[in-house]
Amino acid sequence: MLAYIIRRVFQSIVVLLVVGLVAFAMFRFVGDPIEQLLGQERTVQDVERLREALGLNDPFPVQYFDFLVRAVQGDFGISYRQSRPVAEIILERAPATLELALVSGLLALVVGIALGVFTAIRRDGWAANAIMSASLIGVSLPTFLIGILLIYVFGVQLRWLPTFGRGDVVDLGWWTTGFLTPSGLKSLILPSITLGLFQMTLIMRLVRSEMLEVLRQDYIRFARARGLSAKSVNFRHALKNTMVPVITVTGLQLGAIIAFAIITETVFQWPGVGLLFINAVQFVDIPVMAAYLMLISVMFVLINLIVDILYVWVDPRLRIDGRH
Amino acid sequence: MTNPTPVLTLRHLTVDIPTRHGTLRPVDDVSWEVAAGEILGVVGESGAGKSMTGNAVIGLLDSPAHISGGEVLLEGQRIDDLPLREMRRIRGKRIGMVFQDPLTSLNPLLTVGDQLTETILRHLPVSESEARARAVRGLDEVGIPAAKDRMGAYPHEFSGGMRQRVVIALALCAEPTLLIADEPTTALDVSVQAQIIALLKRLCRERGMAAMLVTHDMGVIAETADRVAVMYAGRLAEIGPVAQIISHPRHPYTDGLMASTPAASAGHARLRQIPGNMPRLGNLPHGCAFHPRCPRAQDICRHDPRPVVGEVDAQAACYFPIDASEDAA
Repeated sequence: MLAYIIRRVFQSIVVLLVVGLVAFAMFRFVGDPIEQLLGQERTVQDVERLREALGLNDPFPVQYFDFLVRAVQGDFGISYRQSRPVAEIILERAPATLELALVSGLLALVVGIALGVFTAIRRDGWAANAIMSASLIGVSLPTFLIGILLIYVFGVQLRWLPTFGRGDVVDLGWWTTGFLTPSGLKSLILPSITLGLFQMTLIMRLVRSEMLEVLRQDYIRFARARGLSAKSVNFRHALKNTMVPVITVTGLQLGAIIAFAIITETVFQWPGVGLLFINAVQFVDIPVMAAYLMLISVMFVLINLIVDILYVWVDPRLRIDGRH
Repeated sequence: MTNPTPVLTLRHLTVDIPTRHGTLRPVDDVSWEVAAGEILGVVGESGAGKSMTGNAVIGLLDSPAHISGGEVLLEGQRIDDLPLREMRRIRGKRIGMVFQDPLTSLNPLLTVGDQLTETILRHLPVSESEARARAVRGLDEVGIPAAKDRMGAYPHEFSGGMRQRVVIALALCAEPTLLIADEPTTALDVSVQAQIIALLKRLCRERGMAAMLVTHDMGVIAETADRVAVMYAGRLAEIGPVAQIISHPRHPYTDGLMASTPAASAGHARLRQIPGNMPRLGNLPHGCAFHPRCPRAQDICRHDPRPVVGEVDAQAACYFPIDASEDAA
């Protein structure tokens, strides 16, 4: 098991290096940061001096290598726009995004699995059919539209919930949280529904189809023939067997929730890293973009690693070097 | 065989499947009894209604199939009209069921010990540790070596034959009075088949359990069953003691079935074969369902299906049964 994890970590590092390389290659095409940094009144000498200072004259493999060397030391450079260390800016913004992603992810997972099981067991009931039809909305409507609709209904018309920002947050020193104030919690509701709705319907439909498949299996029939209760048959025997594909998709989707919080954060002016990234793109703030992309890839790689470990935990048949 | 109360009684059991093109009747007016300690073999071709009858007894018909007529009695108590909640108390507890494929009958993600313990706790008022002790005894009884150490093993760590033993242990762990075995040896190697059959036979004898052994393998029936029920197109063609069915079948279908079964003593003679195929359920002929293939069919066979008649021990649903004095060969 340990050897397996070590091997996976090595693979993960290779993946990260490649992601960084691709990202850096693409930065050459997003524009010239000098345009944004120096105003109209500039001399050729100024431009040259700044280029040299920022290392922009080096060939990009050299730039990339410099970036890597400093990144492993936790130094992601200075933001061109804010003139502050990128690491500091991202750490400041990360709690907002992570809290939003956590709530959305939990929402998607809990509601998605519950509805998936329900619609599979009550396959022909009217409630299940209604949920299945409604889920088409979640799958097909784009995120920004859902966000705007929610803002219109609950923010503008009903005036129940705030439509932008995080509300009041409590600063714990290394982390700012919106979980501890009523306004912080209220502010989380609309963005987390917006962000999690797609994943929720996806997980629900996946759990449903996997459940229907598993419920046809012989071992479910045999469990019923032994007189086990409906609860045990549905959850202990059936649901667990649907978990391997569900974990795969859910893992990747949780990564997607963090990565694509950009749109939700823009719609709700949520002060997270997604919004930071959008602003960085507009200003060609290469250090921020690079750090963000690396962060997201670390996240995906970590999630995949956890998913692989979960497989082995769920399915004993995958424990190659198990007991004996 | 009517005294004392038989463990299982079927009275005119009928199963219907409504479809868009009319109602199919995979089990049609089937009646029989199985006494304690007795093994009733149920034979017939695929689609004859054998498995469907077994599923109907334990109440596990797949919707839209349902019992549309007749009764199922377990130790004299009617069980076909029980609500699901009460039926769950009977399944596993009073009726054990073994399915065809041991490779897929066990939940791959739970240890055999957990699956056994769960079933025992469900039906018997015992503590968790007592349930585990019983589970070990159950595995031991079906011949799993080092049963105690194997409790924590997962199904994929067993061979096919061993898995079928585990399945049998699971079906019998709450000590049912009736066992329904649906093709229990079909998916196994021939050498393992004999072991499983011997095991089932021993367990039935030791526990005085009634058993319904569904199979299409006449060899298995000959070795195991006390009585045999022959089914054809959902109907009972003939029922009687195993020796009589094998050596002196009365129904022409049984006769054809026996003649087409290879026997070691028969030498190298070419096997006789019943002409044609069993009719599909949606397209049953009028009268006796077997008449288009029957060498003895006459006009009357084409009009009125004959109900099961004759002596208690030897019943054949036929107008012109083969007489014991006739040379059946």
